[in-house]
Amino acid sequence: MKYVATFLVLFVSYIALAGINVQELLLGAIVSAILTVILAKHVNYTIDYRFPVKLLVFIFAYLPLFVWQLVLSNLAVARIVLSPRIKKHLNPGFVKISTDLKGDFAKLTLANSITLTPGTLSVDIDGNDIYIHTVYIKGETPEENRKNISAKFEKVLGVVFK
Amino acid sequence: MEIASYIFMTIGGLFYLLGGLGILRMPDTFNRIQAGTKATTLGAFTLLIGIGFNNPEWFPKLLLIIVFIAFANPIGSSALAKASYKSCDLPDNLVQDDLIDLFGGKEDGLN
Amino acid sequence: MMDIIVFSLIGLGVLFAVSRLLIGPTPADRVVSLDTFNIIVIGVIALLANQFENSLYLDIAIVYGILAFIETIVFARYLEGQHGDC
Repeated sequence: MKYVATFLVLFVSYIALAGINVQELLLGAIVSAILTVILAKHVNYTIDYRFPVKLLVFIFAYLPLFVWQLVLSNLAVARIVLSPRIKKHLNPGFVKISTDLKGDFAKLTLANSITLTPGTLSVDIDGNDIYIHTVYIKGETPEENRKNISAKFEKVLGVVFK
Repeated sequence: MEIASYIFMTIGGLFYLLGGLGILRMPDTFNRIQAGTKATTLGAFTLLIGIGFNNPEWFPKLLLIIVFIAFANPIGSSALAKASYKSCDLPDNLVQDDLIDLFGGKEDGLN
Repeated sequence: MMDIIVFSLIGLGVLFAVSRLLIGPTPADRVVSLDTFNIIVIGVIALLANQFENSLYLDIAIVYGILAFIETIVFARYLEGQHGDC
């Protein structure tokens, strides 16, 4: 199944870049097949029969949440940057939160989401811990920080990446 | 359609301006990384979507650029934050520092 | 008319980013502003594709994006190797 997943990703990228006509479809299939044979032993994702359901959950539950958080974070950045006294809004520090997600791609998606949410920037991942730089620390304990920062993403991503 | 496209493009330009202003005005390196990454990511998204409204046949390519930016920009800024932590120009206004038990303090470990 | 507004907004953003690139006190600041500048340039190239009605510029934007990502990672690795002299 690893081969099918790699082939589909390469083929869809080729078609998106080249446009749809018969020659490009044929050449894209050949090139994707050759690259699949070379690359497939280095990738570690796979697809199974539940893949369409997961894709639907990803598109209709995760992406709206992500875009909404991105807009909120930009409004927060705008409020900080445009305020005349900038130091008043800052209380920065590094905090550590732990995650329940398994797998590299799930952790990458969670870290990217944390980077693009209001006031947080993920710095490093070490095992199950994600180290985060925040503009304004609110919580005192690690559980409180986790509830503030990553709980809503983990709930959706836990469904997508089982 | 053209009006919607220009509205999106103007919003994208505004967010680019905000990113540049954030880079200039923030007081230390990590806050600069935050402002620059967030504002320019949303600015690129809205600008490319506005261009897609103007030329609907370019949508697959623009979508590929959007997906690439959505993955590459946070990874790059995260690598930059880690590097600038390790190259030990820490700001003096930190209230909490959990990263010290991963990389070691200034007096032991890496240096 | 609208094009002039969009281009002047982006130009002001480029001006601020480049001024941080010139005055930034540490090397990390300069690399951060270079990263921001690269993302802005991707948007400018896509906007030029819209102005000239030519989709070839989008390919240039994709390749520029890939090169900018690699450049950011390489500079980050370089800065990581420089610890100790602060």
